[in-house]
Amino acid sequence: MQKNVNNRDSEMEKTRQVDAIAVLELVVNNHPGVMSHICGLFSRRAYNVEGIICIPMQDGMTSKMWLQVNEENKLEQIIKQVKKLPDVLTIERHDGGHRVFERVGVLV
Amino acid sequence: MNTMNGAQLIVKLLERQGIDIIAGIPGGANLPMYDALFESTAIRHILCRHEQGAGFVAQGIARSTGKAAVCFATSGPGATNVLTAIADAYLDSIPVICITGQVPASLIGTDAFQEVDTYGMSIPITKHNFLVRTVGELLTIIPRAFELALSGRPGPVLIDVPKDVQMAEISFAQWPEPGRRTTEKATDIESLRAAADMINRAKRPILCLGGGIIHAGAAEAGRLLAEKGGLPTTMTLMGLGAIASDHQLSLGMLGMHAARSTNMALQDCDLFIAAGARFDDRATGKIVEFCPDASIIHMDIDPSEVSKLKTAHIALVGDVKRSLEALLPLVTENSRTIWNNQIEVLKEMYPMTSPEARVPEKPYGLILKTSELLDEGSFISTDVGKHQMWAAQVFPFERPRQLLTSGGLGTMGFGLPAAIGAALAHPDKQIVLFTGDGSLQMNIQELATAIEQQVNIKIIIMNNNSLGLVRQQQNLFYNKQLFASDFQIDIDFVTIAKGFGMKAVNVEAGGDLPALLERMLAEPGPCLINVPIDREEDVYPMVPPGASNSIMLGGCNAEKCK
Ligand SMILES: Cc1ncc(C[n+]2csc(CCOP(=O)(O)OP(=O)(O)O)c2C)c(N)n1
Repeated sequence: MQKNVNNRDSEMEKTRQVDAIAVLELVVNNHPGVMSHICGLFSRRAYNVEGIICIPMQDGMTSKMWLQVNEENKLEQIIKQVKKLPDVLTIERHDGGHRVFERVGVLV
Repeated sequence: MNTMNGAQLIVKLLERQGIDIIAGIPGGANLPMYDALFESTAIRHILCRHEQGAGFVAQGIARSTGKAAVCFATSGPGATNVLTAIADAYLDSIPVICITGQVPASLIGTDAFQEVDTYGMSIPITKHNFLVRTVGELLTIIPRAFELALSGRPGPVLIDVPKDVQMAEISFAQWPEPGRRTTEKATDIESLRAAADMINRAKRPILCLGGGIIHAGAAEAGRLLAEKGGLPTTMTLMGLGAIASDHQLSLGMLGMHAARSTNMALQDCDLFIAAGARFDDRATGKIVEFCPDASIIHMDIDPSEVSKLKTAHIALVGDVKRSLEALLPLVTENSRTIWNNQIEVLKEMYPMTSPEARVPEKPYGLILKTSELLDEGSFISTDVGKHQMWAAQVFPFERPRQLLTSGGLGTMGFGLPAAIGAALAHPDKQIVLFTGDGSLQMNIQELATAIEQQVNIKIIIMNNNSLGLVRQQQNLFYNKQLFASDFQIDIDFVTIAKGFGMKAVNVEAGGDLPALLERMLAEPGPCLINVPIDREEDVYPMVPPGASNSIMLGGCNAEKCK
């Protein structure tokens, strides 16, 4: 019995690790191809983007984008790839999530 | 004020970039650009017979010169045809600028005639791509495309230009500066010191020079480091020529078809220094068993390559030439006699060839004989298959850019148009293409381009009337079930070549192959020589796909050398 419980605990521990959420906050050039460039980096690696929020910045030339993803080993590599995109101006990683998704989450 | 239309602006901007050759094919959506090309005296247009050919001609120019090269294609089928060559350039980091025509902006998204989403399709196979929305943007996009293609890790850039943008008038006061390669920041000195320290302490280090060395012009810097540190030096397929094959420290290519001695030495090394190499699976074999006892120093300009597949103990991110040059004074002079002797013994125990394999009628012999007959400064292009690996194994490459081969994508059909491109860029040099009968058929229409342009290429078909490398894999790994790898008809390539107007000869059984080779290589202009090769001639050693590099089939030649 005891053993089983332990097992379940470690299973849950594992799931929790897999489910840890990170949010990438990007500033990108605002034009029709940017979203495809970024999402393509994820889909090509069979990596699901759980949430996306994107709004134009005041200047209209750039947008701010938040990508909500599960933490996986591949994330490090994808961040490096995102950084290489000429249309991505800055990238910030928030481990544990970002409140922008909490606010929007109220709507769903 | 300068006034012109978008197409003329594109051509003028390309001229200002120093472009003097464009390969391509016209069609409805890029006709304005062709109309503008007609006016250009600085640019020579090479009319290819398939857009994939045009893409590979541009690659041949870029690979052999290190400069960016341009190809044109029309919308729809023109664009889809060129994509394979662009993907190929992407995987080997070749600076190609592909300019495609697109349907007028107002029709985009309506399934107009010859409309495909060129922009969308090219995203994952280009370093960057553009859909031009206004004629004014061309003033920034064209120079930027060159800057991107050439800077950092080079790569292809595609620019999709709607027809109405090509025809729109523009007036502007000032020409933009041409796009150039930007300089990279140097690697930080702390990491360099740590790397030098690791090298100095290593007993059994191996240096590995990859394609990045060629792109960065870092071959000499690599050699100097190898010589000072007594570092045995291997090369990836893309790095061949970085250090001369007859250099004492050269181990030749590593990986799936490396010399046994090279893979064995790697298995034994305690430090692996990857310089401009990216741990491709054809080079490393099963990655967890690659260089099992070694620390890793990884030098690369692309941060995303470092620790992508194999965790680097020390990462030197930056221009590999500058990193190598900065390392040189920090590395102590050391001949590493014990280690180099150990490798020498391995080389003697496991020679790559044997005297009987070096007769000119056999693959290795043919390649070696050809090399003897070539002038200095000639280029070698290959297609993809056994013939490619044989050439990589034994051709005595001695300088960077000498070998043009499709590494990352492994595209059959690469060889002929790439050879044409190299010949266009180097009209005074000899270009030899080693091809297979399978690969040549993939872009055989470019024989017409070769004739039309009278380029100095010599095509050597190593004709085994089969898809040789596939056949070999079926023999080894699929229970000898040969299926769809042997051709059922025997093609007369000499007649075909002659039909295109090319000089061509067959090597007959019992004929004097060396004399024939010599005569063909001395001919001016393009010609073709068809050499029958036994179907059963396989390429060894071979690491089975997915296996560790320590597991090699065949290639034990020591007995035959006695
Ligand atoms: C475009 C393309 N299609 C398929 C392949 C798979 N492939 C790799 S080698 C090969 C056979 C090549 O035959 P050939 O050019 O005659 O050369 P050989 O191996 O006989 O020397 C094939 C089909 C490929 N590399 N490229």
